[in-house]
Amino acid sequence: MIDRRLVTNFDWALIALVIGICLIGVLNIYSASAVYSMSGTPYYIKQLNWMAFGLLISLIVASLDYHILEDFSYWFYALLIILLIAVLLIGKRSLGATRWLNLGFFSVQPSELLKIVIIITFARYFNNYHAIGGLTLKDMLFPLTLLALPVILIMKQPDLGTATLVILIALSMSFYIGFRWSTVFSFALITVPLAWFTWAVYMKPYQKNRVLDFINPERSRLGSGYHIIQSKIAVGSGGFWGKGYVKGTQSQLRFLPEQHTDFAFSVFAEEWGFLGTLILIMIYLSLILWGLNIARRCNDRLGGLLAVGVTTMLFWHIVINIGMVIGLFPVVGVPLPFFSYGGTSMITSMVGVGILQSISMRRFMF
Amino acid sequence: MINEKRYVRELAQSKQRTIPLAFVVTLIFILLLMRLLYLQIIKVDDYRARSENNRLRFLPVAASRGALMDRNGTVLVNNRPSFSLTIIPQEVKDVELMIDRLSVLLKLDRSDITERWKKAKGRARYYPVVIAVNLSRDQVEIVEENKLSLPGVEISIKPVREYAFQTSAAHLLGYIGEISDKELEDKAYSNYNLADYVGKNGIEKAWESELHGNDGGRQLEVDSRGRVLRVLAETTPTVGNSIVLTIDSRLQRIAEQAFGEKAGSAVVMDVTNGEVLAFVSSPTFDPSLFAGRIPTDIWNKYLDDKRHPLENKALTGQYPPGSTFKIVTALAGLEAGIINENTTIVDPGYYELGNRRFRDWKPGGHGVVNLKKSLKESCDTYYYQLGEKLGVDRIAQMANQFHLGKEMGIGLQHEKKGLIPTSEWKMKRFGQKWFIGETLPVAIGQGYVLTTPVQLASMVATVANEGTIYRPRLVKKIVDPDGKLIKELSPEILGTTNISHASFKKVKQGMYAVVNEPGGTGANARLWDVKVAGKTGTSQVVKLGEDRKRAVAYQHKDHGLFVAFAPFDKPEIAVAVVVEHGGGGGAVAAPIAGRIIRTYFDLKKPALIKDKEKKTVEDDEEDTEAESKADETKKRSSSQQGDE
Repeated sequence: MIDRRLVTNFDWALIALVIGICLIGVLNIYSASAVYSMSGTPYYIKQLNWMAFGLLISLIVASLDYHILEDFSYWFYALLIILLIAVLLIGKRSLGATRWLNLGFFSVQPSELLKIVIIITFARYFNNYHAIGGLTLKDMLFPLTLLALPVILIMKQPDLGTATLVILIALSMSFYIGFRWSTVFSFALITVPLAWFTWAVYMKPYQKNRVLDFINPERSRLGSGYHIIQSKIAVGSGGFWGKGYVKGTQSQLRFLPEQHTDFAFSVFAEEWGFLGTLILIMIYLSLILWGLNIARRCNDRLGGLLAVGVTTMLFWHIVINIGMVIGLFPVVGVPLPFFSYGGTSMITSMVGVGILQSISMRRFMF
Repeated sequence: MINEKRYVRELAQSKQRTIPLAFVVTLIFILLLMRLLYLQIIKVDDYRARSENNRLRFLPVAASRGALMDRNGTVLVNNRPSFSLTIIPQEVKDVELMIDRLSVLLKLDRSDITERWKKAKGRARYYPVVIAVNLSRDQVEIVEENKLSLPGVEISIKPVREYAFQTSAAHLLGYIGEISDKELEDKAYSNYNLADYVGKNGIEKAWESELHGNDGGRQLEVDSRGRVLRVLAETTPTVGNSIVLTIDSRLQRIAEQAFGEKAGSAVVMDVTNGEVLAFVSSPTFDPSLFAGRIPTDIWNKYLDDKRHPLENKALTGQYPPGSTFKIVTALAGLEAGIINENTTIVDPGYYELGNRRFRDWKPGGHGVVNLKKSLKESCDTYYYQLGEKLGVDRIAQMANQFHLGKEMGIGLQHEKKGLIPTSEWKMKRFGQKWFIGETLPVAIGQGYVLTTPVQLASMVATVANEGTIYRPRLVKKIVDPDGKLIKELSPEILGTTNISHASFKKVKQGMYAVVNEPGGTGANARLWDVKVAGKTGTSQVVKLGEDRKRAVAYQHKDHGLFVAFAPFDKPEIAVAVVVEHGGGGGAVAAPIAGRIIRTYFDLKKPALIKDKEKKTVEDDEEDTEAESKADETKKRSSSQQGDE
């Protein structure tokens, strides 16, 4: 039933890198949640379960030929738009945002699915679109519309992090197809004055303040500013060798916010020091470069597009999350793939890994 | 086919684009690593300090205050436990509700509690906030019984001052109170915390740094909500040092009793070294009331009392010295060669200067008067004519030799320096030249002249020891909590007079006559076994002229003064007594001085101590007091036997 070549071409490097990160993540979640007083299954066990479940899904996805995704792509897209509208109408509200949709037996977060769906949709669109000599502004009109619709819907939730990510993924995939220089210039010519106009004329002072707080969280010592300061203290106080496993004072005394999810990297950096973060970042870099290598090796345009989409999805997650906890980027709720606690993020990332595996395994078929 | 070719070409171009993508990705990762390098290696010390600062807290533990003792080692002020009610904010869910419950349960004033609570707002949540002090045993019991339903509420034991002899020597000892906001801002109190107790007055304030001790503390690890997780280190507080005063508490109490209800002051000094043996300001007050919030009615009672109980009269009371100043005028006359012991005048009862008549206190006059008689009978006319010959500046020079008109530097707050007028002073002060008519009152210690009881005692001491001015001292030594000597304070000489032995001798003989010869004004201070020498004084508060004999309002009555030293042949102590608005010095002040001198010499005789003490105890003190004092007496007499 399964082609023998598929087994022999199984991408062990990819799966090893992913499992490696996952296991470091589980170890870290154990430490990050060591001080939580809670009944029931501890977080690190749950994360192990999610990891196993995720790997299973990734294998299932990998076993399917990714070309079937092309056939369903617009159906996925339509279904997702419906789900996003449904979230806005009947979604579950928590922490000031409406992101979850209760489907009776389980809850889904459609904005999370959007990341995969937009990759598939863009891959499908660009696969059949031939921009000679690179994409012009006109060529971008339709894909940008395809992008704008769900982005506006998730901005309404509001989920700024996912919106940013989806835009970055879409732009990265477009880059893979290639822009004309004139497109880049005219794009800049339109957006820069537009942004300035919005800022100078349209926005009220309190809105400007909010944007400034967002760009530079340390402006506000309370709220998100406080979290970033504490996170930087955690990372910085780790030093070169770190404070030792389960010995980070910032994390064990709970000075860090959401330390098992979005700020998991801070916990790791505090306890393992620069040595630890260097190794972790090198593993992540290897994963990303391996993903790009899969795209390069693939002799199929659809496969290349999908591989670049998935790889840049992981890349932007990593950069935005780590950038946030070390005070380089604004605070947006973006998890660190395979590392932060959370089922949704794990499944999304694993589906992505499945797609990559599927492409990598089939590299000799075309 | 063309399409396929194009497909392959486009695919190849796209595949090439993964190379710049890889570059961008690597670059951004390097950027992240550089940032991590900056935070974790370059700025590590800064962030490590901040993380330590996050988790470590310091909770001070107040040191126990040192004791105050008298020269014999009798404890005058010490600590007793006092119970305060504290709330640990992090353990109380609804503080307002808790305050309501406590105020009802313990019958406490809610506004007091709320005020204390508000003052502590914004402090760390693990830090106990004192919301009520000086709880009674009953209140403590109620809290203990309801402990389970009062989470986060605790009774803390804080030492408070206990005064062994209640109001005795209150002005000297001073009192302590909660540190004020103003003091907290002061650099001198930089180590102090809110709700700490500090000396507010007297020795308690002047020797705060010795008495306070070193606060200890606990280093705590707290979490992000300020909850204490564990104690990392602990330093125990060290008890403050004790101050051994120069006063003899027995002499002090008897001197206070001698005043009865009268207002005034008495200072007793050792003429050989300046040690103050008794330091009385009457009436006195209860210093223990000042530790907490003083009840309004008592506070008002103190303020309304026209005898001014809160005023330290020995140091801040400035009185015209009256005839006691004749000692100074006489010495000035002798040293200037204007008079000698044989110089006589005839006193008709007044002295005429120009067309003004200056009256003597004795309407008929004293007849023929020489120096000795002038002191003995306190003849004003003698000093009017002497003053006129001397002029004000020569009198002032002599007074200044005795350090009158200057601060004695006794080491307590608010010391007053009195006033010795000169012509220069008047020009500066009023822009007028001095009139000879103003010299005559100065010669008898009236007019502008002002002195404090401490200055008068020092003056007499200097006469007694013939020329050495010692700084009056209140503190004998500082000892550590175990009684080991830390510092002994030695006598300090402020200056010496250049007055001849002969002049001193003549004046002293006159002072002897005041007490011991018929017609002397100080006969009330005479003792059967000790030769006392002294000088009376009656200083006018207002000029009443011929109407002096009429009944006048309290605050217009004369001050009665008496200064003395004893024994005459080999002086040991000097005494100055001022009775405010008491009338003639010979009548009201001399008996008090007599009783003080009597007691001083009685206390020197070991055999007599017991009887005397017992009598005092039965007369004036409560039963509980009696026991403790009997113990003291035993201790003291045994130690004294050891000395001899």
